[in-house]
This record gives sequence, C-alpha cells and structure tokens, in this order.
Amino acid sequence: MLSRVADSVFWMNRQIERAENVARAIETTLGLALEGTIEPGRLWNALVCAFGDQSDFWARHGLADQARVFDFLAFDPANPNSIYCCLQAARENARTVRDMISSPMWEEINKCYLSVRGASAARADFADPREFIDEIQRASQLITGATDGTMSHGEAWHFARMGRLLERADKTSRFLDVEHFFGGEEGAGRDPVRWSSVLESASALEMYRKQYGAVSRKDTVRFLVLDRAFPRAMHFCLVKAEESLLVITGGTKGTHSTPAERHLGRLRATLDYADIDEIVGDSQAGVPRGLHGWIDAFQTRLNAANDAIHTTFFALRPAGTVAEVG
Amino acid sequence: MDLRSYATDGFWDELFDESLLPRPGAEQLVRRLAAFSHGELAARQRAADKSLLTMGITFNVYGHEAGTEKIWPFDIVPRVIDAHEWTTIERGLKQRIHALNLFIDDVYNQRRIVKDGVVPDWLVDSGKCFRGPCAGLTPPRGVWCHITGTDLVRGGDGCMYVLEDNLRTPSGVSYVLENREVMKRTFPQLFEGLRVRPVENYPEKLLAMLEYVAPPQSRDPTVVVLTPGIYNSAYFEHSFLARQMGVELVQGSDLVVVDRKVFMRTTRGLERVDVIYRRIDDDFLDPQVFRADSVVGVPGLMDAYRAGNVALVNAPGTGIADDKAVYAYVPQIIRYYLGEDAILPNVPTFVCGEPDQCQHVLSKLDQLVIKPANESGGYGIVLGPRATRQQLDDCRDRIKANPRNFVAQPMLALSRVPTVVGDSLEGRHVDLRPFILYGEEIFVLPGGLTRVALVKGSLVVNSSQGGGSKDTWVVQRPNGDSPAAPTPSR
Repeated sequence: MLSRVADSVFWMNRQIERAENVARAIETTLGLALEGTIEPGRLWNALVCAFGDQSDFWARHGLADQARVFDFLAFDPANPNSIYCCLQAARENARTVRDMISSPMWEEINKCYLSVRGASAARADFADPREFIDEIQRASQLITGATDGTMSHGEAWHFARMGRLLERADKTSRFLDVEHFFGGEEGAGRDPVRWSSVLESASALEMYRKQYGAVSRKDTVRFLVLDRAFPRAMHFCLVKAEESLLVITGGTKGTHSTPAERHLGRLRATLDYADIDEIVGDSQAGVPRGLHGWIDAFQTRLNAANDAIHTTFFALRPAGTVAEVG
Repeated sequence: MDLRSYATDGFWDELFDESLLPRPGAEQLVRRLAAFSHGELAARQRAADKSLLTMGITFNVYGHEAGTEKIWPFDIVPRVIDAHEWTTIERGLKQRIHALNLFIDDVYNQRRIVKDGVVPDWLVDSGKCFRGPCAGLTPPRGVWCHITGTDLVRGGDGCMYVLEDNLRTPSGVSYVLENREVMKRTFPQLFEGLRVRPVENYPEKLLAMLEYVAPPQSRDPTVVVLTPGIYNSAYFEHSFLARQMGVELVQGSDLVVVDRKVFMRTTRGLERVDVIYRRIDDDFLDPQVFRADSVVGVPGLMDAYRAGNVALVNAPGTGIADDKAVYAYVPQIIRYYLGEDAILPNVPTFVCGEPDQCQHVLSKLDQLVIKPANESGGYGIVLGPRATRQQLDDCRDRIKANPRNFVAQPMLALSRVPTVVGDSLEGRHVDLRPFILYGEEIFVLPGGLTRVALVKGSLVVNSSQGGGSKDTWVVQRPNGDSPAAPTPSR
C-alpha cells in the first residue's frame, strides 16, 4: 500500500484511541471528584499531567479546576490532544484514505466528528459532561468494531491495529504513573481508591477483580503491565502490535530486517521476561528505580519504536533506492 | 398532497405538460407524489439531508477557508426522462464524442480539418487549452477523450440542446451514484414497479475502460486515480471512484518517474503504474513540461507518457475540444468527420473571434449570455438581461481586449422540475450532464447528473453558486408507445 496511506491509517487509529482514552480518564476523574477525598485542584491537575500537557495548560489557564480541565481536554482547539482535535485529525486522515476504508467505518468516524463539533460549538452551556464522554467512548468502540468487522484484515488493517495498540500501550502506561502525578504524595500509592480509578481509566476494574479480587498497587501494576490476555494491558498491546508488524513485513518473531521490528521486538521481549518486583521498585537486588522510573524508560523506548515505524514505512525515500516489486 | 396548485409559469416542465398532466414516463411518479400525506414530503427531504451528512457527501468551495466542506443540496423529487427520448440523446452523444475524438487526434497530427478550411487555424492555435507538447502523439488505442460530461439543456421549445462539452476532467458522476443510493434509502417505495435504468455499474465500466486503454505491453495493468488532494473541490468524487473501482487513490507526491516509467511509493518499495485516471488539469500534470510551479504534479510524467509507458486519462490536450469557441463549430466537425448531421443541436452561438459575429455581440450585449471560452464551473459568465450597466461595460471592454476568448448565446428559458420547498413543490430550472465513456466502445450512463438552481428564478445550477442536484431517472414505460421527441423550433 501507499506509504502516505499507511501513515494516515496508522495515525487515524491512534487519534481515535487517544480520544477514547482521554474521555475515559475524564470520566474516572469525575467519579473521584464526587467522592471528595482528594482536593479538587490536585485531582484535576493530575489528570492534565497524565497526558503530559501540563506546561501548555498552566501557561494558558493557570490553576486547574473541573471546568477548565474538562474544556481543555475535551474541546480546546489549541490543545492538539483534546478530544476535538484528535477526532478532527482522525477525520481528516479518514478523508485522505476514504478509498481504503469501508463506508461503515467512514460513516462512524464522520458521525462522531460531527457530534463533537456540535458539542464543541455549544460548549459554553455544557451541563452534563457524562453524556458526551459516554458518546465518545461508544463511538470509538463502534469505529473499532466497524474496522474489525467490515475491513479486510490485510496490510491496511494491520497498520490500523498497530496504531491503535501502540497508542493504547502508551496511555495505559501513563495512567499507571498516578503516584507521580500526585507529586509522590505520602500514602497516595497505598490508597486502593486511587488504584481502582487507575483500573477504571483502563476499563480494567471488572477483569482485574475476576483475577485478583481486592485492589492493590502491586497487582494493579502486574495486571496492566504484564497481563497477556487483557486487551488494554501493555504486554498484550505490544504482543499484538508486533504480530501486525510481522504480517506487514512478512518477518518472523525473534528475527528482524527493519528498525521497526528490532525496536518493537526488543520492547516486547522486555515485558516477556519482566519481573513485577523490578517494575514496582520493591526489588532489593539491582538498582530500584521505582515505578515512575520504569514507566519513564518504557515510554522512551516506545517512542523509539514509533520513530522506527515512521522511518521504516512512512518517510518518503528518495527515488531509485528501493527495488521494484510485483 | 395537492398537486393542483403547482404552476409551470409558462416554462417547459419536465414532469408536467401545460395542462398539468404528467409527461410520458412520469405518470407513476406523479401518482405516488399525489398520494403523499400532509408533511410527508418535507419529512422525506429531511431524512435525505441527514443521510447525506452522515455519508459525508461533500464538496469544497474555493475562495473559502481551506477545507470548508459543504453538503451539496439534494432534492428528492427525481427528474424523469422517457426511455424513448433517451435513445435519441444517447445516439446524439455517441456521435458527438466520436467526432470530437477524431477532431482532437487530427489537430495534434495531420490537421486536415484546418487545411480543408472547415475550422479556422486561429481557432486551434490560439486555444488556451491547445497543448503544443502533445503534437504528433497518438494515445493508446487512439482514444483522447475517455471521459466526457456533456452539458445538455432543454429550452422553452422542449428541445434538448448541447450547452457545453466537458472533455477535460468533468466531475459529478459520483453524485449520480450517491443520489440514487440516497433515493433508495429514503424513498424505496417510489421505485416499486418502475423500470428505472440502473446507474450502479458505472465504476465497473470505468475500470474496464481504464484497463482497455493501458499501454499494450502491460498485461495486468495497475490503474490509479490521481487527485490534487483533500482540499480540491471534487476530492469526494476522486476517493469515491477509487474506492468503487478498488484502485489506489494517489497524490502527485506518491508517484515517481524512474527511467521513463511511473511508480508509486508503497510500504514495500516502488510499484509500477500503467494507467492514471488523473483529476489534475493539464497545466499541473508535470512541472517539467507545463507549469513549473505545480506542486501537485509528477516531474517526468509527460516523458513517461510520450515513451508510451503510461496511459493518461483523459489524454493531455483534450481541452482544445472543450473550448467554447470550438464548440460553435462542432456541427461542422461532425459533418466533416462522419458525414452526418448533428443529432443533438447546439445552442446558437456567436464566436467573438470572428469580427462580424463580434460586432453583433457587442451591439446586443444586454440580450445575450456572454461566456469566457475556457472557464468552467460557471465562472466569468455574464447574463446580459440581468446585468447592470457597469457589468455590461466591463464585459464589453473584456471582449474588445481579447475577442478570441469569448462567445455569446441567447438567454435560454431552461426547463424546470418540481422541487421541494417546505412541504410543497415549486418549479426550479435544471440542466443535465450525462457521462460518456470512450473505451472499446462508447458507453453513455443512463440519465446523468441533473443540476438544479435552488434559488427561485435563478438559472445558475453550479454547485459553487447555489445549485443542487436531483436523481435522474430514465424510465421505460410499460406499454412501450413512443411519441416523437420535440425538435428545435427555427
């Protein structure tokens, strides 16, 4: 397929996945706010930090409160990671690959964008954000469903899935960094309510309970990082993303012929053999970096894998340097 | 719904005759409309509008902020053409395209028609769309104008006239297909029992034509659609056609010419391209040959084309037959190449490049429609009877400065079709753009795009200027009797 098209399909799916994750994180924070155990300013500030947009937010809005953060994350046209911007970009990408995707996919993406655009236009008198948040999540899942159910599972679909899963791995890792966002607050890490909300942000609470019962820090990290069966766990995401990558390249697991395979394979292997005590920083052997340090290192390597995918498939190569195929 | 209040206002109506009786082919449609309950028409129209929005059927308007998409208004009352009349139109279009293709081939090669004095040499040589670099070329299979969207209008005398030949990159066919789709979604019962000729096979016909004109050496040709990108006014159509044909939609930057062959850049390296259905004007195709500032074209493309390694559809240079001054000579062109009279008449046209005709135009400016010879989309047209004094003076100056570039025609009383206004029907003016494919044979898509001027009294049907569209039905009558089609009044 065309490099430009692969790029658009990949990013279209990342952007939709990103919008869904932002929506779910807002929902979780709204829930926490109702419980009233955490000071609202700190709570909403932590949400902004989770997506890494704190400096932009502080510069333009100053103090965090529910109304400002919600508007910033949901509608702000100047915040490239807002739900509005993500879906607008996803739709632009969908338009450029309209010939590659199925009509049901396009119609869902288009409907979702139109509804966000409508909500954004009426954002001044926004009474209940929950309905909006619900709609974004539902739309994202409809789009994912339409993608799986109506698009051939060929090269383009694998680029789509790879984009979605890499985005999801990134977002799950960010939700896990909750202690850091609360400024390493004493006791925050031991508070089961916060870890429940982390699980909720990843839509994981029910599946977690089936496996571990009571919510604890260590088991939450174990589940969201290392689980091989839960679709929002980082390990699951990387295993499936690598599968898609290997279908695209025609390669075999354990070997590599492109930078993309090398970077993604190495990162997946790290999780294959990871030890939970090393991750949560309780290990006495080696140098304990703490959970935040581990997540930070993971995100750096995930970014490197993304860059490698970009150079391998999307960056236009000069003419004459590649062999002619079929 | 009460249709007795409908008025034709002295215009030729496509659905009703002067005594408000349905025209041949329209009987069943009129019966069903009459049976509508109060509010039903408006409700159906709303459902169709919603459907279009969801389907994302849009176009971009130039001169607005980049990416401003609009829904092209669609009116749910179809325009009906009786199958018997359609047969004549179809024959006329095939004849015209056949002759025009011979004309294009001739003017880039032997120029017999000029030497024989049938058309003046200035007409060809000063044509803005005459492409010197195409001289001496014959495209694969000898086809130049693969895809044409001829504009037809019906005058007050009930006769169908050719208004314009669009042989460059005519758009609108996607709306023909999507309009039918929307009609079927929102109005299924209207079709019941009616024999409406299908349009759905157009993409297959198009693909077959594109594969047919591939360079002879390519056995399993790779076809692509070349678009300027998502900000082009017809981007929706480009992607629609690529999708329907199952071929790649490419931009100039996706293509590269190596060793006089065209390739596309893919995730697995370079892949050979044999046929390009290009939706980019000649001017922008190849910065090495035409406009050097083009960023949407492909450097070296014309070289690959001249080497016979790629087919371009339509062939570069077809625009010469699209020139409105050339249009005036089409009846002579048909007679010259085919030895036949034109089946579909032209609208009487004055060519300002001919001094005596120019004098006539300048003296009757306020009664004529003045058109630039090489614009499309309705840009630059002056309707004499509706223009201000200042506009007429400006127009006169422009004609005097460059007479070659203008033609003039009488104001036509375009026919009308009942159109939804609220919950009732009013007459609105329409034209018709049938689509013709020239491959192994000439194929005319039944019906075509009916464009409608939605503003009361307006004659401008262009999408960029307040026009909308309608589904167009070629209807076979059950009893098969055949009234004579009207002929032009002289």
